[in-house]
Amino acid sequence: MSPVEVFSTAHSPITDPHVHVWGWEIPVYLFLGGFTAGLLVLSGYARWRGRRDPGPEPSFALASSWLSLVGLLAISLGMVALFLDLTHRAYVWRLYLAFEPGSPMSWGSWILVLVYPVLIIGVLFAPPRQLRERFPALARLKRFADDDRLRRRLGLLSIAAGVALGVYTGILLSSLGARPLWSSGLLGPLFLVSGLSTSAAFVHLVSPDPEERLGLLRLDNALILTEVALLAFYLIGLAGSAEAHARAAELLLGGPYTAVFWVGVVGLGLVVPLVIQVLVVTGRVAHTPVASILVLLGGLALRFVIVYAGQISHWSPRL
Amino acid sequence: MSRLGMVIDTLRCVGCQDCVVACKTENQVPEGLNRDWITYTTKGKFPTLELTIQSERCNHCDNPPCVTCCPTGASHVHHFGGIVLVNESQCIGCKACVASCPYDARYIHPDGYADKCTFCVHRVEVGMDPACVAVCPTHCMYFGDLDDPESEVSRLLASRKHYTLLPEAGTKPRIFYLE
Repeated sequence: MSPVEVFSTAHSPITDPHVHVWGWEIPVYLFLGGFTAGLLVLSGYARWRGRRDPGPEPSFALASSWLSLVGLLAISLGMVALFLDLTHRAYVWRLYLAFEPGSPMSWGSWILVLVYPVLIIGVLFAPPRQLRERFPALARLKRFADDDRLRRRLGLLSIAAGVALGVYTGILLSSLGARPLWSSGLLGPLFLVSGLSTSAAFVHLVSPDPEERLGLLRLDNALILTEVALLAFYLIGLAGSAEAHARAAELLLGGPYTAVFWVGVVGLGLVVPLVIQVLVVTGRVAHTPVASILVLLGGLALRFVIVYAGQISHWSPRL
Repeated sequence: MSRLGMVIDTLRCVGCQDCVVACKTENQVPEGLNRDWITYTTKGKFPTLELTIQSERCNHCDNPPCVTCCPTGASHVHHFGGIVLVNESQCIGCKACVASCPYDARYIHPDGYADKCTFCVHRVEVGMDPACVAVCPTHCMYFGDLDDPESEVSRLLASRKHYTLLPEAGTKPRIFYLE
């Protein structure tokens, strides 16, 4: 009879450390931040290439001020979620009395200071008709929209702000080394590409320009494939790393988050919309909002799974 | 410049939880929360089993991830002995430090800020031991300057086999366990 191997830990539920985890607010913020980042990059690229708001209003084409307004709304909703997550809210202004180079959260709070003016300028650049009628002074801004050089510069600034915002939402988690599931720099590009994909899916749903819709459908297909590859590299990297990281990868590859990850994130969030969008591009089915909605929900599910599973991943096998 | 640390003799610890009670009383830690706690670990193959009892708390790491990740500078290394502390009026309650600690040593105080073991800085600064060390009935805990080769903690570490918790996390903890 072989002896029994024992490895047990008795913790006291009364005195065990109480770990306060992030709730729904953080994944929602990371999703909306990534979505806004994608809008900034895509509309920035269109403006940089010299594209103008095609009208008629309201138009949600790439270079339109309405799309900047959507971005402004999304990031503001995200900020509300972020604020709700804070537990010492009266001191939130402390973020802006410091710059901590080692803290991505500090970088993020300053990146948001760059993102807001870019989005606001994006809206005011060619103010929507409703705004122009209410505030006639704004009509004068229209002449800036006709200035090609200014529009191209705003485009470049917008791309820079978008990339910074998108990458930071991933690096924010990667920098917290105590949670092995997050210990990968690939989270930066993964969240950026996911943000680009969700925003491309949104714009090809709402854009009035058929050429733009087709272009964005093709782009989103490429982005989804890139995202699948990045997810694979991320999991391969973790699974082949130290024991704690391999155990963290198990959470997604054969643990409590496996079902929601494969069904929600990979299946419904990436593979199914990719198949639909390929069929749309090749003209076999009509353009449908289903694919866009799935991509958006998939992006949200990705943030939820990574944030929630990451918080229970641990260096110690006992916990 | 001193570098304060703790040495805990697991061979003497009986897991009585006196350190836990002393800390709660001394620091008025709110109900349901703890700055230190005890773990009991059984290892081996039956019938040769080995029980290890550890009194755990913030490790006041030399490389503290909670200080690096703090966006406001509220988490900081104190000038006295390198103790890792939180400045309540700078903390926004973002919980990055809670997530960054591999020892789960931090919690959110009901008033909203991040809180944890302070090595009883208010006692240590006037030359006393932290409450948990002072109260231990088996005298299994020692506190002192790790940079002073003559200190009791340095001598114990020089003469006895010891380990730290999760050294692989790279935080360079300053709580040592004698075995």
